[in-house]
Amino acid sequence: MSAPAHRTITIECLRYHPATDSRPRQQSYEVPFTDDMSVLQGLQHVKDHIDGSLTFRWSCRMAICGSCGMMLNGQPVLACETFLRDLYPGPVRVEPLSHFPIIRDLVIDQTDFLRKLESIKPYLMPAEDRPVASGTFLQTPEQMDEYYQFSQCINCLLCYAACPEYGLNPAFTGPAALALLQRYNADSRDAGTAERMPIVNAEDGAWGCTLVGYCSVVCPKAVDPARAVNVNKINSTRDYFRHLLMPR
Amino acid sequence: MKADPVKAGAGVKTYVRPMGSWWLRNPFYRWYMLRELSCAFITAYALILLRGLMSLTEGREAFDAWRGSLGSPWAVGFHVIALLMVTYHAWTWFKVMPKTLPFVSIAGRRLSDRTIIALGLAAACAASILVFLAVFLNAPQAPP
Repeated sequence: MSAPAHRTITIECLRYHPATDSRPRQQSYEVPFTDDMSVLQGLQHVKDHIDGSLTFRWSCRMAICGSCGMMLNGQPVLACETFLRDLYPGPVRVEPLSHFPIIRDLVIDQTDFLRKLESIKPYLMPAEDRPVASGTFLQTPEQMDEYYQFSQCINCLLCYAACPEYGLNPAFTGPAALALLQRYNADSRDAGTAERMPIVNAEDGAWGCTLVGYCSVVCPKAVDPARAVNVNKINSTRDYFRHLLMPR
Repeated sequence: MKADPVKAGAGVKTYVRPMGSWWLRNPFYRWYMLRELSCAFITAYALILLRGLMSLTEGREAFDAWRGSLGSPWAVGFHVIALLMVTYHAWTWFKVMPKTLPFVSIAGRRLSDRTIIALGLAAACAASILVFLAVFLNAPQAPP
């Protein structure tokens, strides 16, 4: 830290220890901070100097790893790119990401999302295998534009914490998984659309979305998952009529 | 709050937070719920209009009675609220419109969401003005 801390702010943190707590509880910490300190650094100050038992995920500290997503004053954000100076005089209410089961303190259980991510087959499935010697799959800038923004997802899960549909129905495939599904379906090098459409067409797929739209507002990477989900309602309708008119 | 611990993964105990009154937690959700609620007012307005249409088939007296009922303070109050609701609903509808469309490119440049929203709102305004003019310029003069 460069400048000396000259202000303090109260961090009201939701705590939950599975071994001793039957439900979450609140704990407040007085944190001295400088203007260049993020909320993540505030939590690290707590862990290093006040209460070593406070548990949270973090890694890169620069909004690219997607580990430190949490609710700050009720809004899903990355703690590393939110500054304490902007929340002054506080208090800052810190909670784990909404709609996910809490494992401990600010750490949520991502298992459900990881299963969904796996289910959408998040990899290129080319129409035919080509030997490395035949070179790369070429693509025009226009073709790349069709999927590029959806490929920017960092799996931070802020969109799931923003989505009340997911909170009410955890079976909903949800914004990030559907955005990544669109990322591969829209890629000109991919031929796996037919394999992914059953996920889109399901009631808990694109049709589970009522277009609240908050997922796109909170996304730190401008992926616009609401767009990926809702464009797939058109794709799903087209898929339905194609099968109706041309049954295999 | 009711504790609802569930077992997940390899016997890890977790805590699932309840979703009760979720729409009160964030202003964004309240505006969303208002958008959904506005449909009820639009439905009611359409039903009132339909009733008027039906009264046309029942003769002039029935139609005049229906028109007369629209003059009551309750009816005027409802229509003012319904107008505000439909205006808000239209605004939200165009605001999310880009999210329901594939990317639109003109001469190799992608149309921004802002442009699509502006075009939609402009088209809605133009259509409203045309309907307004068509109805009120052709309205028969009230008998003296």
